[in-house]
Amino acid sequence: MDWNGLILFGVLATSLVASGVIFLLAESRVMLRSVFNLAAAVLKLVLVGWIILGVYRNVDYELRFTIIEGVDFILRADALGIMFVGLSSLLWLFTTIYAIGYLEKAPNRSRFFGFFSLCVASTVGIALAGNLFTFLLFYELLTLSTYPLVVHRGTRESLRAGQVYLYYTLGGGALLLFGVVALHVLVGDTEFVPGGSLSGLDPSLYPLLIGIFLMMVIGLGVKAALFPLHAWLPMAMVAPAPVSALLHAVAVVKAGAFGIARLVYDVYGVEFAQSLGLLAPLAVAASITIIYGSLRALAQDDLKKRLAFSTVSQVSYIVLGISLFGPVGSIGGLMHLLHQGLMKITLFFCAGNYAETLGVHKISELDGAGARMPATSVAFTLGAFGMIGIPPMAGFISKWYLGIGALEAQMNWVLGVLILSSLLNAAYFLPILYRIWFRKRDRLWCEGKVLGRFETQGSLLIPTLATAAFALAAGVLAGMPFSPLYWADLIVSREYLQ
Amino acid sequence: MIGLWSVPLLFALPLALGILSLLVVPAWRPRLIFVGLPLLAAASLDVLAGLATAGPQVYRLGDWIAPLGINLVVDGLAVGMILMTTLVATLCALYARVYLRDHPPASSFFWPLLWFLWAGMNGIWLAEDIFNLYVGLEVMGLAAVGMVALRATPQALAAAMRYLLAALLGSLAYLLGVALLYAAYGTLSMAGLHEAATNNATTQVALALIILGLLLKTALFPLHAWLPPAHGGALTPVSALLSALVIKASFYILLRLWLVLGPEVTPELTAQLLGVLGAGAVFYGGWMAWRQHHLKQLVAYSTVAQIGYLFLFFPLVTNTSPEAARLAWDGTLMMLVAHALAKAALFLSAGNLILAVGSPQISHLVGISRFRPMSLFSFGLAGVSLMGLPPSGGFTAKWLLLHSAILSGQWWWLIVLFLGGLLSAAYIFKVFRMSFREGPQIDRSVTPPLTLDVVALVLAASAILIGLFAHLPLHWLRMGSVLGMG
Repeated sequence: MDWNGLILFGVLATSLVASGVIFLLAESRVMLRSVFNLAAAVLKLVLVGWIILGVYRNVDYELRFTIIEGVDFILRADALGIMFVGLSSLLWLFTTIYAIGYLEKAPNRSRFFGFFSLCVASTVGIALAGNLFTFLLFYELLTLSTYPLVVHRGTRESLRAGQVYLYYTLGGGALLLFGVVALHVLVGDTEFVPGGSLSGLDPSLYPLLIGIFLMMVIGLGVKAALFPLHAWLPMAMVAPAPVSALLHAVAVVKAGAFGIARLVYDVYGVEFAQSLGLLAPLAVAASITIIYGSLRALAQDDLKKRLAFSTVSQVSYIVLGISLFGPVGSIGGLMHLLHQGLMKITLFFCAGNYAETLGVHKISELDGAGARMPATSVAFTLGAFGMIGIPPMAGFISKWYLGIGALEAQMNWVLGVLILSSLLNAAYFLPILYRIWFRKRDRLWCEGKVLGRFETQGSLLIPTLATAAFALAAGVLAGMPFSPLYWADLIVSREYLQ
Repeated sequence: MIGLWSVPLLFALPLALGILSLLVVPAWRPRLIFVGLPLLAAASLDVLAGLATAGPQVYRLGDWIAPLGINLVVDGLAVGMILMTTLVATLCALYARVYLRDHPPASSFFWPLLWFLWAGMNGIWLAEDIFNLYVGLEVMGLAAVGMVALRATPQALAAAMRYLLAALLGSLAYLLGVALLYAAYGTLSMAGLHEAATNNATTQVALALIILGLLLKTALFPLHAWLPPAHGGALTPVSALLSALVIKASFYILLRLWLVLGPEVTPELTAQLLGVLGAGAVFYGGWMAWRQHHLKQLVAYSTVAQIGYLFLFFPLVTNTSPEAARLAWDGTLMMLVAHALAKAALFLSAGNLILAVGSPQISHLVGISRFRPMSLFSFGLAGVSLMGLPPSGGFTAKWLLLHSAILSGQWWWLIVLFLGGLLSAAYIFKVFRMSFREGPQIDRSVTPPLTLDVVALVLAASAILIGLFAHLPLHWLRMGSVLGMG
């Protein structure tokens, strides 16, 4: 095994080893656990940074061994995969800090952080998977490792949510498995290559390929929360805030969206998928989800629920971008994978801060929160502006590229969807901002916790501000090297120039 | 010849230990494992080394030629089963040594029965003629019945009696079939039968009897009724041994005889029928497992369901392409081995959970995840393999079977694999759901001895690992198989 393969393995191993060690640590070893957790997160980030530079210089990172004849386990870092790994490892670090503060004195922390690390390991595995088999392996592992996080509180409601989560994800996983096996029968080991590996097949197989695509998109769409497969997501809101943040920004929904990107770009190939006529229906499904999610978000009074439906809507921007045939649309979609992650995790952190510090869960109780918690509220505002797509926030750049991409792909109606959805985004975010900043609180805040110097615990505030800063920087500095835009451009040029 | 001493040792040694353990005082009986287990492990590894260097071979006991002497077949399949038995039985024995300290009367009889069971199983894996298969089947079956009765409660005795009747009826049918074949062809050797057997009424009746007898012993739906009380009600290490290994022995005989006689003699209809019964087992067993309130009954019904997957082998190898048949062979054996490891782990960890909460009721597991994470973790790992989720032996097996079903165009088996996986997820997560519910804040559970948890974890981890490194075991299992595949 060469050095590059080892580094790749190291990225996966940091969270796997962290998970194993944390499971074995006694519940009371808080300090040791936190140090270990953070050390693993930082180490992973360093390794990922190293690989990003390597991928930029076209270095090959690959690790493979044979599982059974004709089926290999492959880890490989390409531009698309490492982008997702970068997002997960960055946000893992912040979410870990946040979770350590959030769960202070809560029970079952050993179990929580163990599965938390396992969840990140699966996400990294999904991102680095070099073929469909390896992808599937980690995709299912993600289902298993998130279940204990969703039901973490152990209340009747969270167990119910966990059950619904399993119905959806295990069912979707089984469909995906069929698709993967069927492709395996047709073309052998389906490695991810830009431009896909199916276009050489006999035209008589095309109907079959369309069927397989449909099955796999349903399997992936469950995690990506495509309408009508989204119902588990708002229910899973009962989980603790760091879990929601991770689930929404990086782990589960992104795994689905990322899987669709892999399927379209590196299995079918975007041009072949277009010639099979698969992209237009996908765009329609994504558009319906965008509008539907926004409409449902309008009706929620629970802050986390509103954010959840907003996720349903926003993740479909990624799918929409993928399904717009043409480089600009693709850039918009892939870039949004990063942008949405940064913005949404900020919003969830803020929601957690309000809930933990002020005991506020409902939007109608947020009046005057800005005066009490200015820093959190600024972060929330930045995130919300990004979601609406107000320049110069990151969300604006995504929508701009998506819009131009739609025109290029001669799907002008998508422009209407984008405008309508931006209006809806404004309609459900601006009232919250109005309440936070311009309304006065008529009662005292009921504050349970003793706080430090800041408006809330430092371990809750710092990650929130950091991710908000990243979301802002991704928009303002979009033209700089290694910005999300820059990297998405790199991926797309490698895909379309095949 | 390589493995000269180790092949006969594989069944002579447990037999000798069984007799010896009856002669020594009860306190000494458990200690015999410190002699027996290393020797058996060494013999198994030696046989594997022999296979790897010299390839499959036929071993003549005492160097006598076939009709007079006994031939033993040492091919990949046999060696694979021997290794599986050694691994699972060794770990179960280590578990039992600690577990049975609280059951002194049962302990004194467990050890002789274990050795006889082991001798019977190793005899079956190695036998080359259908009569010695019968002898092995009887030795193993009687030892197994005795083990079920060890608990000595009225329910255990009733279950054992039921098991005894089923086992005897099964052996009887099998023996009748053997007698018919011997009368018709004058040979008991499988190689001889492979050459001599023709498609006539006698062969068909004989084969029907043999299949029927073995189905009863394997507890294939709808002949499974004896299994849940016997496996679910027995002492924990016994449940693990029976579910992981014993039912596999009768399936193994079926597999061997099918390869020798089946393809020429039986119509495709029979193969499809066996597949349909397997599908019935998957659905019915999974459904019943989900409905159980006792943890070990749930695990026992899960065995009923998992047996069903093994029977998909028959339709997938009958009149299909060599590639589909090879995949079905690989998939079925992977399923068999993965189930042995995972089910033993599941029973042992279920036993640990029961020890911890002091009740077999699933509803009493409320909140146990906080206090006994390790037992639950083993249960979960084993569950992953049984659900067929990656990365695990169960997943690799399912992958191969799916592949084979698609290749042979028998899409209806896909549905069985699809729904079967979801059903097993339903009953595994039923346990998890209970254990994650927040219950009393005080730890009222008893900590089981560490050995018990470690043994279960080792078995569960091997069920996972074998799926990731399936390449090598499958390569060995394919060596010298009668289908001539690979």
